[in-house]
Amino acid sequence: MEQPNIIRMSARTPINEYGGELLRSFYETMLTIRRFEQTVEEHFLAGHIPGFIHLYIGEEAIATGVMANLGPADYIESTHRGHGHTIAKGADLNRMMAEIYGKKTGCCRGKGGSMHIADFSVGMLGANGVVGGGYNLAAGSALAQKMQGRKDVSAVFFGDGASNRGTFHEAANLASVWKLPLLFVCEMNEYASTTPYLTATSVADISRRAYGYDMPGIIVDGNDVFSVYEAAGKLVEYMRAGNGPAFLECKTYRVKGHFVGDPEKYRTREEVQKNIDERDPIEGFKKKVLEAKALTDEDLKAIEKKVEERIKAALRFAEESPEPDVSELMTGIYA
Amino acid sequence: MKNITFSQATLEAMEEEMLRDERVFVMGEDIARQGGIFGQFRGLPDKFGRERVIDTPISETSIVGASVGAALAGMRPVADMHFADFIGVCMDEVFNQMAKAYYMFGAQKTVPLVLRAPDGLINQAAAQHSQSIEAWFAHIPGLKVVIPSNPADAKGLLKSAIRDENPVLYFEHKALFPLTGDVPEGDHLVEIGKARVEREGSDLTIVSWSLTLLNAAKAADRLASEGIKAEVIDLRSISPWDKETVLKSVAKTGRLCVAHEAVKQGGFGAEIVATVAEEALDCLDAPVVRVGAPFTPIPFARPLEQAYRVTSDTIYDAIRKIL
Repeated sequence: MEQPNIIRMSARTPINEYGGELLRSFYETMLTIRRFEQTVEEHFLAGHIPGFIHLYIGEEAIATGVMANLGPADYIESTHRGHGHTIAKGADLNRMMAEIYGKKTGCCRGKGGSMHIADFSVGMLGANGVVGGGYNLAAGSALAQKMQGRKDVSAVFFGDGASNRGTFHEAANLASVWKLPLLFVCEMNEYASTTPYLTATSVADISRRAYGYDMPGIIVDGNDVFSVYEAAGKLVEYMRAGNGPAFLECKTYRVKGHFVGDPEKYRTREEVQKNIDERDPIEGFKKKVLEAKALTDEDLKAIEKKVEERIKAALRFAEESPEPDVSELMTGIYA
Repeated sequence: MKNITFSQATLEAMEEEMLRDERVFVMGEDIARQGGIFGQFRGLPDKFGRERVIDTPISETSIVGASVGAALAGMRPVADMHFADFIGVCMDEVFNQMAKAYYMFGAQKTVPLVLRAPDGLINQAAAQHSQSIEAWFAHIPGLKVVIPSNPADAKGLLKSAIRDENPVLYFEHKALFPLTGDVPEGDHLVEIGKARVEREGSDLTIVSWSLTLLNAAKAADRLASEGIKAEVIDLRSISPWDKETVLKSVAKTGRLCVAHEAVKQGGFGAEIVATVAEEALDCLDAPVVRVGAPFTPIPFARPLEQAYRVTSDTIYDAIRKIL
């Protein structure tokens, strides 16, 4: 791949050539994220879940497509909207749900919650309550991978809002100068909290900023898991070969509010509904695989059943788990 | 023992720890090619290569953020801040990321990281290159803060900081770098959180640290010539701090003076004095006294900077009022 070069691309591989296993995993991951988030939303609104919740609904194809190219030794840094990344990276659903419930059995022992979810056992090095807080941490994990002589890579997820943090620019420069295996994954979901993207951002395509740091980039439809998967695959391969960082811009849309409870006065219902009707990543996936006869209705139903069972089990685990004992307040502060 | 400078003592600590543990590396501005602005990294790249002694862009946010990320991924970074004042640039990385990753992720991974921060007044460097800011970090759970006053402690505390599983702020006063002292060779470790009784005395307790400790010792000399025996404690760790040693001393002497270079308002002296008030008020025979800089940004002009400084005279005069 020439650099710097920012290209737009769509998936090129015919769906039938993907293989059933990969297609089933796409569907299972996306659906698990969707159902997990819907469940979290329902139980937050019912008052069972405390804190702030930011949902990944409508953006499932990005985490799914990127993570399908990563292994457990690859690291990710996530955001406040991090459940989808965490699930796609392979975290245990029970312990995730328990964390979001603030239970002792949570993956962070109930100390972190939704905005600080992490599962180091699968290379998920943490969500971040500070927008744009992840870039430099990911540069550091990429530096460690390079220093340790590994072929592994790090990926940092961020939204269009976070792209305006200075942290992006320092991390992008550092990663480029040091040729760090760091994938910048921009989830361009149109809104920075309540602020429409173009009112706060200097470029129509955020990936244009990658030019300034001499790294290649690809712009894809972030709601098309095939395009995300193929583009991320190319970039990850480029990084594993030691060429340095790369940029993946995924055009998506945040169909839910910034947080659960957001009155969403900054956009119309029609705009949101249009995106749900025309761009839903899961509906789009189903249509494509069924049309291509790559998966059958029965295949999809079997996955749906499995996902429902896992979500139910996670919910039950979270509900039935104890809260942390107050004696845990002063534990785990210093090692 | 060998007689070396504070700067050489820190270099020795770096060399020994980098030899001992290949996960240890150091990065910062101007440290590899230039050897650090105070020469404290000179020769290190020749021994360990540019892969482990790394010049960075002027990007403090990246330096600290990437150090946190590298620590989370199994390394043991030492990051140099050039001047302590520049930590302001990367405060989020220090207090929201570095300090909290261990706790908020449920103790999944420690953050063994040392942030080296040359602080203090030197050569009329004025408002943005002279500050003593250790108190800021004592207010942040999850961080440790150390602040040596002599070459032996400089080595021992840096080695302990590098071996610590927690993030440690290592403040090194710029005016101390050229000062010499006896430093034990080999594995000399100073326990973080343990104060050092610089000299014993029975009439009053002076708690100080960093460069100001030297001024406190001078004030104690002058008092000694007048027959007053001051006990001088070098706190050397700000967080955790050695409450026991201070309380024990105050119980013995009945008088307390705390002296530091940082501004008095909100300085760490306030924490010490408040603790004594809470836990040992009945031991006190006189009001406590705090000595710190006046509440102003640090001025440039010589007479103004001189007036700003905490000197042995300032400390002596303050103590005289409680005797």
